[in-house]
Amino acid sequence: MKLRRVRALVAKELKRLVREPANLFMAILFPLILTLAFGAAFGGMGSGAGASTYTVGFVDLDASMGSPWVNSFREGLADTGALVVAEYGDNATAQADLLQGKVDAVVVMPADFGESVDSFIAHPTEPGLWVNTTIGLAVDQGSMIVGAAVPPMISQVLAATVFGETAMADSLPFELGVPAQVASSRLTQFDFMVPGMFAYSAIFVTMLVAQGFSSEREQGLLRRVNLTPTSPAEVIVSQIVANLITGAIQVAIVYISSGFMGFRSQASPIGIAYALIIVLFLVLCNVGFGLITASLVKSSGAATGLSFVFILPQMLLGTFVPVSKEIARFVPSYYVTDALTSLFLRGAPLSSPVVMVDLLVVAVVSVVVAVLGIAVFQRFGRG
Amino acid sequence: MSKGAAIVVESLVKRYEEVTAVDGLSFEVELGEIFGLLGPNGAGKSTTINILSGILEPTEGSATVLGFDVHRDPSKIKERIGVCPQEPAFFPYLTGRENIELIGDLHLMPRKELRERTDALLDSVGLGEASSRRAGQYSGGMVRRTSLAMALVHDPEIAFLDEPTVGLDPQSRRATWDLIRDLRERGRTVILTTHYIEEAEELADRVGIIDHGTLIALDTPKALMEEHGAGNLEEVFIKLTGRRIREEV
Repeated sequence: MKLRRVRALVAKELKRLVREPANLFMAILFPLILTLAFGAAFGGMGSGAGASTYTVGFVDLDASMGSPWVNSFREGLADTGALVVAEYGDNATAQADLLQGKVDAVVVMPADFGESVDSFIAHPTEPGLWVNTTIGLAVDQGSMIVGAAVPPMISQVLAATVFGETAMADSLPFELGVPAQVASSRLTQFDFMVPGMFAYSAIFVTMLVAQGFSSEREQGLLRRVNLTPTSPAEVIVSQIVANLITGAIQVAIVYISSGFMGFRSQASPIGIAYALIIVLFLVLCNVGFGLITASLVKSSGAATGLSFVFILPQMLLGTFVPVSKEIARFVPSYYVTDALTSLFLRGAPLSSPVVMVDLLVVAVVSVVVAVLGIAVFQRFGRG
Repeated sequence: MSKGAAIVVESLVKRYEEVTAVDGLSFEVELGEIFGLLGPNGAGKSTTINILSGILEPTEGSATVLGFDVHRDPSKIKERIGVCPQEPAFFPYLTGRENIELIGDLHLMPRKELRERTDALLDSVGLGEASSRRAGQYSGGMVRRTSLAMALVHDPEIAFLDEPTVGLDPQSRRATWDLIRDLRERGRTVILTTHYIEEAEELADRVGIIDHGTLIALDTPKALMEEHGAGNLEEVFIKLTGRRIREEV
């Protein structure tokens, strides 16, 4: 086997991927659009929280206790309609609930808040006499929407508390603190979908491989390559390498775009490397399915149709569609999704039996399917 | 004076179930000659080329190319030959240059030599300016010329050219003929299948006429015409078979 031939054929395959719009969409744009769309649709769902209201933990540390200013501010938050105020007796409990995802943000009223507002009311034009203070704010960093929407809303309510709806001043003795970004452990529906999305992208390799080989056979290109000293092994290896590169790109796309949409992986860098490896095994498995598909059909159109025989079961049983585990165990993508769920959502260590067994199953099945695919293609598929 | 045999074919047979595509074919091709395989569509020309280029197993008989047996040493043969298939095969998503360089890479050509050879071939087939465009955008004549350049990029010892000028305009056909003559001048052997009579007469040192998978005549064009008292090879074929070579014309 000559590395240069494999490299040339891999480069050719990657050019096909990038330059043919259908392939580019299927391999690169589809995982991106899928992740962004599902993130937008399901990122705010879960734990019973609605997508249009945010629960704000309210901690009143004002020394005067029952200060009319604090009460007015609290009522102002509730009156927005977008914020639900949850009272807390101490900051520690509120922060703990933020960590657990029970609230979206925490507002901490400082001990001298009432005194600060009073000093401003008494001496509005003499800043030297003001009592300066800062209102504490912490938000859930996992939600871009909360991070972007809640602090401005609170600032607006704060100004309205002191000035009413319209009056404003250039400066005030109190300010809203820079929001502390807190990673909460609340899981949205989207979080539960993301592990399946890694598998979801990889299973479409079946179609890419089946279409690629059958269309090149139709166009006489397999024969053309066969007329050179290139061995069948070099052709197959180049196809596998090209698809593994595609799979790695898909993993990166899903990981980055899901993070952008609020997915919080609990996996370590080694866990992410594990995720890459198990997805690449699934890619290998689907290269095998693609070769089998290409061997059974005469045209690229038929290859597209037949490839769904392999894609649909993996898609419906082994990604993010909730089905019975007993049925799902028959498809390799289930084990990928299961392992990534353990790693990403439950923070399972790599030494976890579930994670190890999942990798073993996917690796063995993938190698068997790939070898079978190569044998079938060599026997029936080369044309 | 003979330079030795480039190709030796003995009693070659290829059967597909009930159909016998090649039926007891025997001939030799000398090194450095342009050998024309002439015959109507379905005569067995392409099947013969496929066997000689190592991608099709004969049913019976034997054939050697540059001393290598087509059955035992197909990879040795593929290193030394270039094949321009009848239907132009090219990667539509690659540029013309990339198509040619890919075949050079698969033949493990030194990079500098590959670049120089690609440049020269692109000029020879008139694709210099279009070389950076994707081949999928080429006209029919352009893809046929690209396909020819792909077959010749590694400067093969034997070039199998299967109907290389079908669909080309007269200017491109002349340029292709010049390219074929250049191969002969550089000592390369060319197996040219064609059903253009004038092409065989113009280029071939010797012509083998095939019909129904059988060799029915073999000699220089001039000798064949003299032997059969014919004005051209078409008349020779008619005298031998009672049919025209290009029945569709």
